[in-house]
Amino acid sequence: MGDMAVLSFTEAGIWCEAGDFHIDPWRPVPRALITHGHADHARPGHGAYLATHAALPVLRHRLGDIRAEGIAYGEARQIGGATVSFHPAGHVPGSAQIRVEVGGEVWVVSGDYKTEPDGLCEPFDPVRCHAFISECTFGLPVFRWAPQAEVAAEIRAWWQANAAAGRVSLLGAYALGKAQRLMAAVGDGPGPILTHGAVEAVTDVLRGQGYALPATELVTPGTDKARLAGALVIAPPAALGSAWARRLGTVSTGFASGWMRMRGVRRRRGADRGFVMSDHADWDGLNAAIAATGAERVFVTHGYTSVFRRWLESRGYDAQVVATEFEGESVETPAREPAAATEAGP
Amino acid sequence: MKRFAALYTALDQSTKTTTKVAALEAYFREAPDADRLWTIALLSGRRPRRGVTTTQLRDWAAELAGLPQWLFEDSYAVVGDLAETIALVLPEGEAPGGDTRSLSDWIAEVKRLGTLDEPARKAAVLGAWGTLDRTGRFVFNKLITGGLRVGVSQTLMTRALARATGVPEPELAHRLMGDWTPETVSFESLVLTRDPEADLSKPYPFCLAYQVEDGVQALGSPADWLAEWKWDGIRGQVILRGGQHFVWSRGEELMTDRFPELARLRDFVPEGTVFDGEILGWRDGAPLPFAALQTRIGRKTVPKKLLAEAPVILLAYDLLEAGGEDLRAAPLAERRARLATLTEGLPDEVPLRLSPEVGFDDWAALAALRATSRARGAEGLMLKRRAAPYVGGRRKGDWWKWKVDPLSVDAVMIYAQAGHGRRANLFTDYTFAVWDGDALVPFTKAYSGLTDAEFREITAWVRKNTLQRFGPVRQVPGELVFEIGFEGIQPSPRHKSGIALRFPRMLRWRRDKPAAEADTLESLRALL
Ligand SMILES: [Zn+2]
Ligand SMILES: [Zn+2]
Repeated sequence: MGDMAVLSFTEAGIWCEAGDFHIDPWRPVPRALITHGHADHARPGHGAYLATHAALPVLRHRLGDIRAEGIAYGEARQIGGATVSFHPAGHVPGSAQIRVEVGGEVWVVSGDYKTEPDGLCEPFDPVRCHAFISECTFGLPVFRWAPQAEVAAEIRAWWQANAAAGRVSLLGAYALGKAQRLMAAVGDGPGPILTHGAVEAVTDVLRGQGYALPATELVTPGTDKARLAGALVIAPPAALGSAWARRLGTVSTGFASGWMRMRGVRRRRGADRGFVMSDHADWDGLNAAIAATGAERVFVTHGYTSVFRRWLESRGYDAQVVATEFEGESVETPAREPAAATEAGP
Repeated sequence: MKRFAALYTALDQSTKTTTKVAALEAYFREAPDADRLWTIALLSGRRPRRGVTTTQLRDWAAELAGLPQWLFEDSYAVVGDLAETIALVLPEGEAPGGDTRSLSDWIAEVKRLGTLDEPARKAAVLGAWGTLDRTGRFVFNKLITGGLRVGVSQTLMTRALARATGVPEPELAHRLMGDWTPETVSFESLVLTRDPEADLSKPYPFCLAYQVEDGVQALGSPADWLAEWKWDGIRGQVILRGGQHFVWSRGEELMTDRFPELARLRDFVPEGTVFDGEILGWRDGAPLPFAALQTRIGRKTVPKKLLAEAPVILLAYDLLEAGGEDLRAAPLAERRARLATLTEGLPDEVPLRLSPEVGFDDWAALAALRATSRARGAEGLMLKRRAAPYVGGRRKGDWWKWKVDPLSVDAVMIYAQAGHGRRANLFTDYTFAVWDGDALVPFTKAYSGLTDAEFREITAWVRKNTLQRFGPVRQVPGELVFEIGFEGIQPSPRHKSGIALRFPRMLRWRRDKPAAEADTLESLRALL
């Protein structure tokens, strides 16, 4: 039983032969199961989509008129010879790990995940399995995150100092997930929370679904300058340094990402402040999550795959690297994926 | 350490000069003298003697973090900085933030490490890591490994210190020069009081030039400008005071003993004289290639044989002090005239020459002369405003270098490695090859000259096209072509290609060129 491949890795992405479907495929396929709405996971052009009820509105917002069906967390569904279910991944609102069972053999595709509850999205729920396909974007021991409350306090202090000096606080964050997590976590500050159009659109969708988000306001050419001065403006990273940002007046720029843990990356981004906050698991989170699955086989994908594979092997796992065509939130392109994720919407 | 760690964080977080100077000024107002002195020392590149090897640091950090050696090394390759890697992988200490010691206390601790036996040394380092928070650990590690760079130039530091102490900036700049260490001076003696004895050896802050970028026409009337050849030697100040002589490099390194032939100047030049010029290998009235001088760099004392093979002279182009009087406020034309008088009629055996003026009537004529630079062994021209005073530091306007375009060759990238510091996560360090028959022979490395966007694109390509990994190095197919510029080329038996380049860098990515059309080893050799 142990060697039976429930899932295999093809040109189009992860494929289940027994159910004839793909998970987060990067080429158009007849039937796609989607972990979450980020652009490197949810691509256009598939015949049919299956995602959690909570992920669907953003998927529709981004991909337009698609044939899509929703599924509840934990609900089991038979597809051909496979039983599938979706389980919270704690990455962004609506995100899921996908469990696939064929003939008693259970494989789980993690999608993107983080283990620390962020107060906004459905918290990560480990799923027991025989084989676990895990992302490892931050699969190096240099990546460790401080508790969210600590980082939120740092951001609030920065916002307060800027407001006192009459500066706009311009914070770069991915439009889906990170932006909303920040506005929910940062709490009451010295001024209003304003948003870039890409962030506002996704925020609207999520608010409509019932996620508890604070009031936000879209920045427009008519936005009152006095109101801007003490404001926290949340925008996709690509908007930092753009003509749009220059119109805001005197700004202090901040950027919230796991990559900010490294001084070299922090300096390269050229923001005034880097805040270490990620929607992916850190080193300890990855190790804890993998241990909690009870899996003996682990496939690693996205990130420092060869290093992380070797580490897992040294810990007694049967570990392999799965090549990916696209590296979504890798350090080289921290600004691109989210920009595409939001600006490609209808 | 907390106060210094906070200063470090403030400097590191800011990209704005005014913010940095303000943070430093506030620090210099509050910190105790011993800390102020060490801060000046650290920011000007001085550091305590290393009492621990980096191998020991890596071993202990990996052990404490519970990581296998290879994983620590792989992490280091990604981060690109040892002190930072250690600070990032260490588990939370027992009492982070419990540190009450000052910067100078910690430096004393770093110095003490060298006197301990290994078990005690290890215990002391682990103890330090246990007490300090992450920034504190990073600074502590940097105190051991060196290279605490915070993007503050000597000029900015001097400005902040001047504001905090009230000592005028130019005066202060002068006082901070020289080969002092925090062990040999006090804050009081270095910064606040004038010590005529110590002043004897002190050079003036060097005036630095910018490269001409917008064309020389923009400089205005040719009559306002003095042109000289720009030679590839060692920029230096030669000081004759109190019956002694001192030779300083631009990096403020005292090089007196490396150029013993310059002692002859004492017999021919009056006391109280300071020259600014280029130290050059020299034979039969002409400069030797830089390679000759290179054999003498890095040696504290020079054997007789080398003295005979690569004799040096000072090609003087400025006079900063004469008869003990500071001439820097006088216009260049006046300083030059006095320099000419001083050097006139010296016997040939005296290793001092006046850097000759290159005469020209209009910019076009000068451009034509510049085109002959390489044939003369020069790097190009220097242009200096005749009416300008001598101002230390890099200031746009009065001094320009007008170098000839570098030599170049189209080469194929065959290995890539992640960069360091700011570019720790991009593949920015490449090894390049040229064709030798149908084989690609590596001949140089280069790591600068492209934009961040290009580096990002190439990094993505390298990731997808890795053939093999050798630690942090990736072998890639020979497909991408780059134009490599360099300043000089010489034979080198140590290299597989038989040649070595001076100052290689990427000029541009030749997307238009297939690898098959890159240059050959033969065409490179033709440049020798
Ligand atoms: Zn994602
Ligand atoms: Zn992703």
